[in-house]
Amino acid sequence: MSVTRGSSRSLRSRRAVRTDARLGGTAGEDGGGGPARWLHGLAPASLAARAGRAPFPLAAPSWPESVPRPPPTPTLGVHYDTAWARRYPARLARALVLDNVTRPLARALASPLIRGDEGLVGLEGPVIFAANHASHVDTPLLLSCLPLRFRHRTVVAAAADYFFDRRWKADTWSLLLAAIPIERTKINRRSIDLAAELLGDDWNLVIFPEGGRSPDGWAQTFHPGGAAYLATRTGCPVVPVHLDGTRHLLPKGGSGIRRSRTTVTFGTPLRPDEGENPRRFSARIEAAVATMANEATTDWWTARTQAARGTTPPLQGPDVSAWRRSWALAAPPEHHELDGDVDWPRRNA
Amino acid sequence: MSPRPGFVLDVDRSTPPTLFWHGERFSLETLPVGSRVIYAPEPIEPLADPSAAIRAALLDPVGDRDPLPALLFPGMTLTIAFDDISLPLPPMERPDIRQLVIEQVLDLAAAAGVDDVELIVALALHRRMTEPELRHAIGDRIYDAFAPHGLLTQHDAEDPDALVHLGLTDEGEDVEINRRAAESDLLVYVNINLVAMDGGHKSVATGLASYKSLRHHHNPQTMQRSRSFMDQHRSELHSANWRMGRLIADSGVTVFQIETTLNNDTFPGAFQFLQKREWEWKARDRMGYLATSKALDRTPPRYARQIFQSVKSPHRMTSVQAGEVEAVHALTTDHVWAQQGVVVQGQTDILTMGLPYISPYNVNSILNPILVACLGLGYLFNMYRGKPLVREGGVLIMTHPTPWEFNPVHHPSYIDFFEQVLSETTDPVEVADRFEESFATDPWYIHLYRTGHAYHGVHPFYMWYWCAHALQHLGGVVIVGGDPAAVHRLGFRAASTLADALEMAQDVVGPSPTLTHLHAPPILMADVQ
Repeated sequence: MSVTRGSSRSLRSRRAVRTDARLGGTAGEDGGGGPARWLHGLAPASLAARAGRAPFPLAAPSWPESVPRPPPTPTLGVHYDTAWARRYPARLARALVLDNVTRPLARALASPLIRGDEGLVGLEGPVIFAANHASHVDTPLLLSCLPLRFRHRTVVAAAADYFFDRRWKADTWSLLLAAIPIERTKINRRSIDLAAELLGDDWNLVIFPEGGRSPDGWAQTFHPGGAAYLATRTGCPVVPVHLDGTRHLLPKGGSGIRRSRTTVTFGTPLRPDEGENPRRFSARIEAAVATMANEATTDWWTARTQAARGTTPPLQGPDVSAWRRSWALAAPPEHHELDGDVDWPRRNA
Repeated sequence: MSPRPGFVLDVDRSTPPTLFWHGERFSLETLPVGSRVIYAPEPIEPLADPSAAIRAALLDPVGDRDPLPALLFPGMTLTIAFDDISLPLPPMERPDIRQLVIEQVLDLAAAAGVDDVELIVALALHRRMTEPELRHAIGDRIYDAFAPHGLLTQHDAEDPDALVHLGLTDEGEDVEINRRAAESDLLVYVNINLVAMDGGHKSVATGLASYKSLRHHHNPQTMQRSRSFMDQHRSELHSANWRMGRLIADSGVTVFQIETTLNNDTFPGAFQFLQKREWEWKARDRMGYLATSKALDRTPPRYARQIFQSVKSPHRMTSVQAGEVEAVHALTTDHVWAQQGVVVQGQTDILTMGLPYISPYNVNSILNPILVACLGLGYLFNMYRGKPLVREGGVLIMTHPTPWEFNPVHHPSYIDFFEQVLSETTDPVEVADRFEESFATDPWYIHLYRTGHAYHGVHPFYMWYWCAHALQHLGGVVIVGGDPAAVHRLGFRAASTLADALEMAQDVVGPSPTLTHLHAPPILMADVQ
């Protein structure tokens, strides 16, 4: 209910007001003086038109020069949200790829010899698989060699600065490998919390404690902030894994994949002792991997006896000059040569 | 991320057009390079558990007051007064703060065995609230428990039997307030402090007062000496109310004051773009603006009004304090400023503001021309501390359709004020001297006020007095897009476009003026340095 006088006219129909006799001149009568020049400052809207794009609000607004832009909300690196890759559609797609593409390719190219997997029988998850790292093929090879009960419920700790620095890379590796971003240069609360949360949610974890691929073929010192820290924090067992021969498939900096024999050795699951700190536990994991590396070039008994005597060759190779370290790796062991078809997966009888 | 404080933008060539309210519509206007735009602070975090905070405030009051349970005893008379429909703006989503607070007060009263409890809407000279409005404010549970028994009443400033004269202040001001409230063993007043003006002694001294009492501070002289009435320490309006409040306390009225503050989260989801900075509008905001503005352009004004009047604000409580009036109000004012304060350097020659569809006096009603003037020159102009945003002799440009349209149920005396008084003079002092008495004592207006839902006959005068400081301070007022006849009746100038208005303003303030735009609502208070 209302009382009105006069019609409700639109803004556009009120042009007559402009000629209010009390107001003096009209627009443009200023003769180029101050007021007109001031009003000509009404320019920004025409900038968009001159630039040939739709004006605001059809197009996104321009940003005032006087207002500092806020830092963009990070969505990549350790901030990339991988939750979608652990939902069932993505898990189904990943399982199909892993079983129907990755495993046949691994068989054809790497012909992995699997050792020590009998030690995983009866092992209750979740489990942390800690392996040495020499090649990009380490991850798909290890995933394809995991026992079935671990294979499709395993996430992979991947370098946030390498695998998650582009959207397409982050999407691809999250989907194909169930990769999660890990900050490898320091302990990052966000990435470590995520890994611990996933372990708590019965996901297994593949992690490379070296923090990156070997630059020269010899392993690097294991970081205590990854597998060892997570094990002490969550109580999950760590299964040391040694991957041998993957560097011959695709070394760091290599341009193509070559066929080569590989050996995947699973060690005895390790648990941190009461009160053991991550640094000491990490040294134990590294020693276990070194023993398996020794086993790959010798035999199980030799490796065991050398380990017992404390004479296991270090993973990092001899402490000599760079050329001698490379020379020591120059002639690959014979079993890396792959001729003809082989049974797969091969097991040490 | 903590909410960002208020912001003063310097307009440059990259600045996108600025949102201007235009009643039930809005537009994007391009401001001259070098202009300033004042944006309100972002909504601060609300209380995580309002009910627990209310309970804590009642049990641990501030100032010289015992905890509320200690003030309650069997056989006592308890009166609970609360703010009316004018607060908050827009009306908030359920549950309203008044409901949350009063329910807890009643729980304590019931536990203490208090039987004689009465609720009073502190209307002053405002219109009586309707049942749906009351149910929204205090909830169905309270309404159904008290209203059927006549224990929920609306203050009647014209019922001589329901008023009691408590005496005169040192300045000779009559203090006449609601008898039930004054003669109760305890008066609990429940406030919603939307702006710094609200609350304190003004709650009882104004909300429960009669015309005889109100006229001492609702007059042109008081308003002209209130610089501004949003700043208690420089407000003659508050000085008078404080004198009256202290007299009320000295008369033996025990007031247990409960004040609450809100964040400025003003508009719900679909209208969120209205409280964002334009250069931060996402695609959703831009689509929301385009869809809303295009739809409103095709909607008849009365339906557009209905749409906006149905908007409920997602305001949330940021603080609650209870106890002695002055101690409580000091805390409350700090909370209001924490949410609304924006530091602004220096005054401006031209102040622009887009007027929205709502003011304290047209909830579920029409923003008639007098209320347009009051909203712009009364409320938004006075949203300052220190100095007005616009310099003395400067120009105020407002955008609003200003239709010559009134709600005859709510605003009957406004119609005659507009036709008979403003056609004679727009000088507030002359208006008061020549016309106020006849409107204030008109038996028909008093009848409508007491029995219907009409504002008191003198209320349009008060709206005009609210503009007195601005009218005295400004060199001119221009309304963009307003009905020319209505605008001229108000004594202002009408312009078709903002560019026209800026040219007209330069006739007053000179060439190359400085310009500041008040980007409100959400409500903000300029702390002009």
